[in-house]
Amino acid sequence: MSSGEIVVRALITGFIISLVVITGFAYTTLFERRLLGRLQARIGPNRVGYIPIPWRGGEKRFLGGILQPAADAVKLFLKEDPTPAKVNRVIYNLAPMLAVIPAILILAVIPWAPAFRIGSAKFQPYFAIAPNVNVGVLFILAVTSIGVYSIVLAGWASNSKYAVLGGIRATAQMISYELSLGIIVLVPIMMANTMDMGQIVEAQRHVWYIFLQPLAAIVFFIAGMAELQRSPFDLLEAEQELSAGFNVEYGSMRFGMFFMAEYMKMISVSAIFATFFLGGFRGPFVDDLPWLGFIYIFIKIVAGLFLMIWIRATLPRFRYDQLMSFGWKVLLPIAVLNFLITAVLIVMAEEGTLAPLIDSVSKFFTG
Amino acid sequence: MVNPILFIILAAVAIAAAAGLLLSRDAVHSALYLVLNFATVAVFYLLLNAPFISMVQITVYAGAIVVLFLFVIMMLGAEKLRGAADNVPGSEKIHRYIAVLLALVLVGVFGYLVSQNSIGVVTQNPAIDASPQALGITLFQYYVFPFLVTGVLLLVAVIAVAVFGQVRKGGSINA
Repeated sequence: MSSGEIVVRALITGFIISLVVITGFAYTTLFERRLLGRLQARIGPNRVGYIPIPWRGGEKRFLGGILQPAADAVKLFLKEDPTPAKVNRVIYNLAPMLAVIPAILILAVIPWAPAFRIGSAKFQPYFAIAPNVNVGVLFILAVTSIGVYSIVLAGWASNSKYAVLGGIRATAQMISYELSLGIIVLVPIMMANTMDMGQIVEAQRHVWYIFLQPLAAIVFFIAGMAELQRSPFDLLEAEQELSAGFNVEYGSMRFGMFFMAEYMKMISVSAIFATFFLGGFRGPFVDDLPWLGFIYIFIKIVAGLFLMIWIRATLPRFRYDQLMSFGWKVLLPIAVLNFLITAVLIVMAEEGTLAPLIDSVSKFFTG
Repeated sequence: MVNPILFIILAAVAIAAAAGLLLSRDAVHSALYLVLNFATVAVFYLLLNAPFISMVQITVYAGAIVVLFLFVIMMLGAEKLRGAADNVPGSEKIHRYIAVLLALVLVGVFGYLVSQNSIGVVTQNPAIDASPQALGITLFQYYVFPFLVTGVLLLVAVIAVAVFGQVRKGGSINA
């Protein structure tokens, strides 16, 4: 395949996947609102767009609220878009874009399905915008580390005390939790012996890493939530203290872009978690019917989103000192220990000293 | 072979970002120009078949170090440096002459080296394997001692910061 073909294919798949994820973002907001409603013993938005069920007299409604995201988008677009006085205009306008770009960019290396072909177009060795990136995991870390700029710059450029405080909190938090995230990501890399996302999925053919490394999966999920700045880590927009934090001076679709970036990152983190620990697109019969891969990863992403929303509805927000001491004194040592022990066990297994050890330990206990 | 048009565009962006970094009066703008510069350099690494270095460049420099710069700039409220250089005593003339002299020396040396073709002007992809695995083997087998020494150095620096930043019982920071 020539480089021109690769570029054209990446453009087409990138366009499709971005569109799907942007639609997915809209429905993630609806999913969150309905689910939060259920978890708080209320109904949630169910009025905008529904399919009445005629044989129940139109009383029962099917898919209530299915058009709520469209209504929200229209509302955001029609709102006044004020720019406060004395903002740093260039950076104020740049910050929402810097939020959305990494959120879309991160989709490039996530594998969505195994190899398949449409007509003469073969997607090998797996379906992704950019397959075969031998530094795929590092790409994800690099892009997430860029994501912090939008929040910091939005906070600073708004020329507002609440916004600056939110931005500074966000910076400290993201730098602290990025460490744990970076270290824990090494565990699946070491076990799969590759940084290619697709090969990490392939290495989980027989057993998912969440069963081999449950602690690593938990640490990854917590650190991922902290990177997302989602509740209970949403100190940067703590309503009671900072009114809305970094985005307090933004309105209309500029606020909408921050909102969009947050939900798209939720989807990405969920997809990355699925890829690292839940076997990505793998599932029963996926080798024979490749399109099942899309369904499997969709189910896993929705499960991750469900967990995030559930946590948001359950846990109260961290206090700032709790957040820092949890990140540095609990999460980071666990991540480092997990990494070290995994590394030692892998080397022992390669040198063949692990099996005799397990043998003698089991003999000791069974007698 | 690196596409010459691509190279020229990227080089222009990198140089413009570096110039913006120096000329900007606003420290936050300077930091952002620095990010742009680092990102462009990362793309250069990619073009030279060094994806690992490229990604690490973005993660470490653009993602962590400049964020720390911004953090400090915002904490201190030191964004505006308007006229600060003029307030340093004795900085009116002599410093500027020295700066121009040093710049001329730098341009002269680089120009000479490029004209002699004695610094590595990379015109084609190097024939080495720069995959993460190959890099890891090189780093942890052939250069493991320097790597460990660097690690110890960084650890010492971290401990020193922890010691100096300690809050004493009286509540004052141990400086």
